[in-house]
Amino acid sequence: MGDFFTLVDWAVEDAGFWGRLIGVVAVWAVPITVWVSVVGLFSIWLERKVSAHIQCRLGPMEVGPHGALQTLADGIKLLAKEDIIPQGADRFLFALAPILSFVGSFVVFAVVPFGPHLIIADLNLGIYFLAAIGSIEAIGVIAAGWASNNKWSVFGAVRAATQVVSYEIPLSLSLVTIACLAGTLSTIGIVESQAGWIWNWFLFRNPFMVISFLIFYIASLAECKRAPFDLPEAESELVSGFHTEYSGMRFAIFFLAEYAAMYVVSAMGAVLFLGGWYTGIEPLDSWLTTSPVLGNVVGALAIITKAFFLVFVQMWLRWTLPRIRLDQMMYLCFKVLVPVGMVVFMAAAFWQGVFGAPDLGGLGSKFGLAWFVVVVVGTTLWVKKTIRRTKGYASANFLEHQARLGHDVGVS
Amino acid sequence: MSSEPASTTTDFAHSGDLRTEEMLLNMGPQHPATHGVLRVMVRTDGEMVIDCEPHVGYLHRCFEKHCESVSWLQSVLYTDRLDYLTAMGNNWGYCMAVERLFGGEIEVPERAEYLRVICQELNRVASHLLAIGTYGMDIGAITPFLYCFREREKILYIFETISGQRLNYNYIRPGGVAYDFTDDMVTMIGEFCEYFRPKMAEYNDLLSSNQIFKGRTANVGVLPIETAISYGCTGPVIRGSGVPRDLRKDQPYGVYDRFDFDVVVGSGEAGTLGDCFDRYICRVREMEQSIGIVEQALADLPGGEFRSPKIKQKIRPPKGEAYTRIENSRGEVGFYLVSDGKDVAYRNKCRSPSFHNIHVLPEISRGHMVADLIAIIGSMDIVLGEVDR
Repeated sequence: MGDFFTLVDWAVEDAGFWGRLIGVVAVWAVPITVWVSVVGLFSIWLERKVSAHIQCRLGPMEVGPHGALQTLADGIKLLAKEDIIPQGADRFLFALAPILSFVGSFVVFAVVPFGPHLIIADLNLGIYFLAAIGSIEAIGVIAAGWASNNKWSVFGAVRAATQVVSYEIPLSLSLVTIACLAGTLSTIGIVESQAGWIWNWFLFRNPFMVISFLIFYIASLAECKRAPFDLPEAESELVSGFHTEYSGMRFAIFFLAEYAAMYVVSAMGAVLFLGGWYTGIEPLDSWLTTSPVLGNVVGALAIITKAFFLVFVQMWLRWTLPRIRLDQMMYLCFKVLVPVGMVVFMAAAFWQGVFGAPDLGGLGSKFGLAWFVVVVVGTTLWVKKTIRRTKGYASANFLEHQARLGHDVGVS
Repeated sequence: MSSEPASTTTDFAHSGDLRTEEMLLNMGPQHPATHGVLRVMVRTDGEMVIDCEPHVGYLHRCFEKHCESVSWLQSVLYTDRLDYLTAMGNNWGYCMAVERLFGGEIEVPERAEYLRVICQELNRVASHLLAIGTYGMDIGAITPFLYCFREREKILYIFETISGQRLNYNYIRPGGVAYDFTDDMVTMIGEFCEYFRPKMAEYNDLLSSNQIFKGRTANVGVLPIETAISYGCTGPVIRGSGVPRDLRKDQPYGVYDRFDFDVVVGSGEAGTLGDCFDRYICRVREMEQSIGIVEQALADLPGGEFRSPKIKQKIRPPKGEAYTRIENSRGEVGFYLVSDGKDVAYRNKCRSPSFHNIHVLPEISRGHMVADLIAIIGSMDIVLGEVDR
């Protein structure tokens, strides 16, 4: 890994502005752009598959094995489409909006670590950067809605503005809670303070962090405009909301930005609450750190797995829940999440002050272990109960039922 | 500055220095949630609906005039296209009117009456499945729609086996039905009933007991009993407001008096009596009742003829007029027929439930948000083919 960083150092220190720029582009921007595209394509494919299997369908099956190349094919189709700007639209803003939206979710990748050394910029105010730059996406959305010269799009834009104003606050509150526990704003520092066994993760650090995680997760759903907070694009209400008038590649960029943002917030969820690149097994982690290459590879795998698990939960929620109304969304934010977030913040800070002190000899981590057991047992019981209740559901064995009626379900 | 027209908006529109204006919003005829080609002109203040006006007629295709130029039997085909989701009910309503024109001349065999009941109730289930599925989609839950279609698909498969058609059956004909059931069909329907009953839990899980769904539908679009009656609402719309109005009970036609079933009415369990949730839950529970009726009908299905031998290719009812009405899945369907003794109808007038139900929309959507307007239209469960005819 050393060589990799020497290159950046060389670019930053000796090469002047242009050399620096070229160095950064060559070393980071190109691979990250490729990575964002891959994540976007994979997430879109995953969404189609997840939704299909939730809905007793098969999803894309034709292009590539299990339709893996379907998104690529769709992308090529969108690329080849005519670029339409509606009459009466603000042409400049209309063209700028998808780019703004994409930049917002793309730049945040700078502070998302993939391993102990795999990060573009270990800013000392990393999560502040996340909160600040992450909302640029909303400006793109608002611009798109306004520039389209369409009443439904304006509705979408105003809803997006409302949503971003509402959800930045609880999101920031849970970020502040994390900062309070970790004692740093750097994403690397935050992950490093979760080293050790799985109950050292901030999710289990004290009884309030589960609530904080839920607040973060709900707020991040709203940030990505995912159901049940997909108000700005509310398909059945606003046709397609802010991107009603968009087609072709501009639409594809919006789409890609949305899925990239989904991945980013999920990766940040993994970094902030789920131990980042740590596997949660202390001996394994400490052995991995002896080898930087292996440590980074396994770390990247760990963080991507955790992130995609959270992405999967986002999809799961989207294909299960109805959409909430604008006023209910604001009620939930200002009257539920913000007060609860405040209480959690203070309680977590108090807990950290009392039990987190180093001279207590690991009392804090004993609480973490206890809380971990409670969470795991509770979740297991709940899942078991749900499985028992839904055992006879046809969605569980739909192929069988289709076959019984003599329908060809197209599985080869 | 030009003089502002006197506005009846609520105070929030003129708070402080911010001046807001009303916006005229054209919803439809091309809109994903208007269930066809309904056009609603909405005056909004921000997201609030101040007033709205449904514009109908985009699907008008001269049903009544058509029926004056084709023979009595051919008109059955056109009734299929009215409420294309419950074609059996339309067939039945029309055929009953034709049979009444004949006086006592045409006797519908008992077996045919039972087959009619079975088909109508299965079709009611199919129609309600689509209604609650698309209603979930209006609210933003897409998955229940697919689940409902999974079951509806099975009903359509049964209908395809019975009548050769999946949507426009042309199955119930004056004097009986088009084809008899075979034993296989009876078994198939019995198996479906058995399969369907436990599936209700899935819809209830995803929608009826979902807090977000309740939040979106409870206390929204409250239809008071008086308004419902004065606008001539029927079907689940008026039953949702707590009026136990069901022609199958009030004025039993066919053999409905032989079956044991309940008229489901709304009770305001999630919010206010007559809100969107009540109309929705009425449909869910009616499906259960319908399946019960099908099971009873299958249990004592008599043998014998399935259509009256008196019906020939060309029929000429005697001079006179007749009006019949039946309880279709969306409410009361009425057919008024006038015959002058020729082989085509002199006049055919259809009373369709959706037409009456949709016009209560402005009354109950004022003061709600645009998202609620979608929920209200969805809870009305209109079929534009029937509104415009």
